[in-house]
Amino acid sequence: MSASATAAPAPPKVLRVPEHTVEIVSDSGEGAQKCGQIFGAVSAKMGNGVWTVELIPAEIQPPPRVPEGASGNRIRLGEHTVTNWGDHTHLVIAFNEQVLLARHRVDALADDAVLLIEDKWARSEDADIVAQWNAAMKELSGKHYRIIPVAMEDECLTIVDNPKKGKNMYALGLLARIYGRDMELIKAQIAHAFRKKSEEVYNQNVALLELGYHWAEDNIDFRVEIPTHAAEKPLVVMNGNEAIGMGAMAAGMELCAMYPITPATSVTHYLSEVFEKFGGVVHQAEDEIAAAGVAIGASYAGKVAFTITSGPGMALKTEFLGLAVMTETPLVLVNVQRGGPSTGLPTKVEQSDLLAAVFGQTGDAPHIVMAPATIEECFHIMVTARRLAEAFRTLVMVMTDANLATGVSPYPKPELDEKWQAAALDLAPVKDGQKPYDWNPQTGLSERIIPGRPGGMFTLTGLAHDDRSKVAYSSDIHQHSSAMRSRKIAVLQSLLKPPTVYGDDSGDLLVVGWGSTKGAIEEAVDRARKDGLKVSALHLRFLSPLEPGLKEIFRKFRKVMTVEINYSDETGDPYVTEENRRRGQLSILLRNATLVDVDCWGRVPGEPLRPMSILEAIRGRMPRGGAK
Amino acid sequence: MLPVLDQNEDHHYEMSEYEGARARWCPGCGDHSVLTAVQRLLAAEQLIPEQTMFVSGIGCSSRFPHYMKTYGFHGLHGRALPVATGIKLHRPELTVFVAMGDGDCTSIGAGHWLHAVRYNVDMTAMMLDNGIYGLTKNQTSPTTPQGFKSNTQPFGSILPPLNPLEVVLGITNASFVAQTAEWAPSHLYATLRAAYKHKGFSFVRILQRCPVYTPSIFQRAVQDPDRIQLLVHDDGVVTPDLEKLYKSQLHHDPRDLAAARHLAEQTDRITLGVLFKDSSKPRYEETRRVAPRTPAERVALLEKEFARYAV
Repeated sequence: MSASATAAPAPPKVLRVPEHTVEIVSDSGEGAQKCGQIFGAVSAKMGNGVWTVELIPAEIQPPPRVPEGASGNRIRLGEHTVTNWGDHTHLVIAFNEQVLLARHRVDALADDAVLLIEDKWARSEDADIVAQWNAAMKELSGKHYRIIPVAMEDECLTIVDNPKKGKNMYALGLLARIYGRDMELIKAQIAHAFRKKSEEVYNQNVALLELGYHWAEDNIDFRVEIPTHAAEKPLVVMNGNEAIGMGAMAAGMELCAMYPITPATSVTHYLSEVFEKFGGVVHQAEDEIAAAGVAIGASYAGKVAFTITSGPGMALKTEFLGLAVMTETPLVLVNVQRGGPSTGLPTKVEQSDLLAAVFGQTGDAPHIVMAPATIEECFHIMVTARRLAEAFRTLVMVMTDANLATGVSPYPKPELDEKWQAAALDLAPVKDGQKPYDWNPQTGLSERIIPGRPGGMFTLTGLAHDDRSKVAYSSDIHQHSSAMRSRKIAVLQSLLKPPTVYGDDSGDLLVVGWGSTKGAIEEAVDRARKDGLKVSALHLRFLSPLEPGLKEIFRKFRKVMTVEINYSDETGDPYVTEENRRRGQLSILLRNATLVDVDCWGRVPGEPLRPMSILEAIRGRMPRGGAK
Repeated sequence: MLPVLDQNEDHHYEMSEYEGARARWCPGCGDHSVLTAVQRLLAAEQLIPEQTMFVSGIGCSSRFPHYMKTYGFHGLHGRALPVATGIKLHRPELTVFVAMGDGDCTSIGAGHWLHAVRYNVDMTAMMLDNGIYGLTKNQTSPTTPQGFKSNTQPFGSILPPLNPLEVVLGITNASFVAQTAEWAPSHLYATLRAAYKHKGFSFVRILQRCPVYTPSIFQRAVQDPDRIQLLVHDDGVVTPDLEKLYKSQLHHDPRDLAAARHLAEQTDRITLGVLFKDSSKPRYEETRRVAPRTPAERVALLEKEFARYAV
């Protein structure tokens, strides 16, 4: 802790760094997120790598000045592409000391972080608040933070009546000065963010922005410079849920049936605004089950539809998912995973639905499960998912998570292709002798018949059936139809390429991940390799079927370990033995498929994994005698 | 909407052309009467088989689609209505019928039932109500008469039965509510025809007996026509042949919701006819109808979307 900045303007010290992480935290509803979003967007436009995550309290309106209410944004800026939220925050703007404490207590802040904090609480007439402030300062003094008090509201009061509204723009001004952001770009971004508001609102926000900027100019004795590079290709910036929504439109889907559930719903907030222009409908069903039913009905009748949900919703849809598989009706389900079981951690990231996704349906229900690893992949995966659902006449699950859903990062604008979209409906009469399930005996693949095609009239049924869709209970027919549905999964695997190892393709340890952890894992592997460890990483997009060639890849490493955001027992925990150890979900799939003794490391912190935690796990799990 | 592809405009469909697999319901089951009435209706209206859909849940009556020569979707217990809604949202040009049992509709699928009434998507929903779970062999359903002994309530059904008509008439945006009975074939046919003609969600409760488990639940009404009250109105169901048999007749205007609700509450006698009908209610699939886009148009629109997100 050090003294506050002096008012004497001296040339600021310039801190030139390859990356820096910023947080803006406030009570819910004070606009910290808007400030963070604009800062992130402008930084991306200026040529920095950016990864933004929302800090979301679990309640809509938590009481003011409590740590649980901390709300805001964390923005990691880099000279190059940023793939994850990093380890620690280097600079924080906090609107009160309690929300700052929340970040301190979860070890979010670097030991030498700079904390700019609204200090009106220290001067409060309420003795309780002053006591809370003093207690907080004492708690924070355990680290080497540099605390800079800023009289934000008093400053804002010089130009507005209600400083609660607009303090976020003042904070944006502070950041603009400290990070040398282009003020014209910021103003354009403010105009965009408040495009639905009056010009007066815009002018006031710009005035507050400039007020903050000038205060920082006069009072902050350092600046941060992160080298920028102009992008080679045009970039777009969005969160993973918006990318999912755009991907669905790029795939030519026309119906999204859903029921509100965090953190999936924002996909449909976005789609509801634009989908109709694209000839699509978002149907908000009466419940999760109906959402699946409506999507299946629409898919059956024509183009592949999709439903979007999170863990509890996927559980409710289970029976319909089995029906889609049994009737070979194409369907895309997006599961934006959150912490579980039960209601769990609704706004927080977890990867605990993998086994439920692959095996959670009753009966034998073979289907496809995929997971995008980046926000960019959230877009492209929807195109792939629709195609696979149609070609393989089955359910395709897309497993994303709260980290991708709320993370914002730029990626190269996709080169759109009309061929990504579903073909127009074919209502030609069915061919002579064509059956509803004309299974190719080798592949199990068949062409589906949609209603409206003359001569095709048949009844689709969730009961066991033969290739004419006739209800059939005989054992040989059920054996055969089960084989046909299952075969398709093997056929898909035969068409996939083996995954590419990140780093050397042999070594001491291979870290295997899936979903949103890719960036953090690879960053940890890079650091480990710099330290001389023979570590590589492998990231899987297909979970059912698994990508081919895994056994061959694994053979070239002394040890294989998954890194996942799901719970697994630690060896050495009380009662935990080699036989009863509950393992990471991907590791269970990999052990089953390869018979390799795959280890696992998982955590469920309710936040994305930090590269440093993964690095620590790598160091701790290196095979004995392997590390140098 | 896709153009209706009538491959064979001059073809006259015989009733037999709508017959699918041989019905395997028990002899004497009311489902047979409904099947015959429906096949007769399709022939009378000359519905194109490939443009017609029967969607069902699970239960005896949900075998219905298999016995039709149209497209059919025999899905999950209680969940016919969401599937039918999805079909109609994507392909509004298809004619959709839904067959549900009392357990299907008013118990496990009750949530969907309420909302389907409110969506008012154009389809004919037939609730084949025999007051019992028959396929699973004699369990109490929500419409089982109080005191009726079943395998799950062997000392008699505990609660008074749920009244489906009251339920449906209590839902905002209900647009067609009728009740008919399997033992009055001409009324059954005329009611289904009126339901089919109505643009919107037509809910028809069909009273019927299960010959195995509930053969006698409507016995008094079957034997004593005076226990039946026939609703007559030009805008409802007109069955002159029944007017001699059922002397208790009420001139009821189906636009009168309050009167319909009052009728639904009456349990001392069985009311047959159209209780409520209002063609002016908004239909969900119409309000949600969007202009179709070509792939090229979509790509152009998406380019604009990306411009909004450009760095």
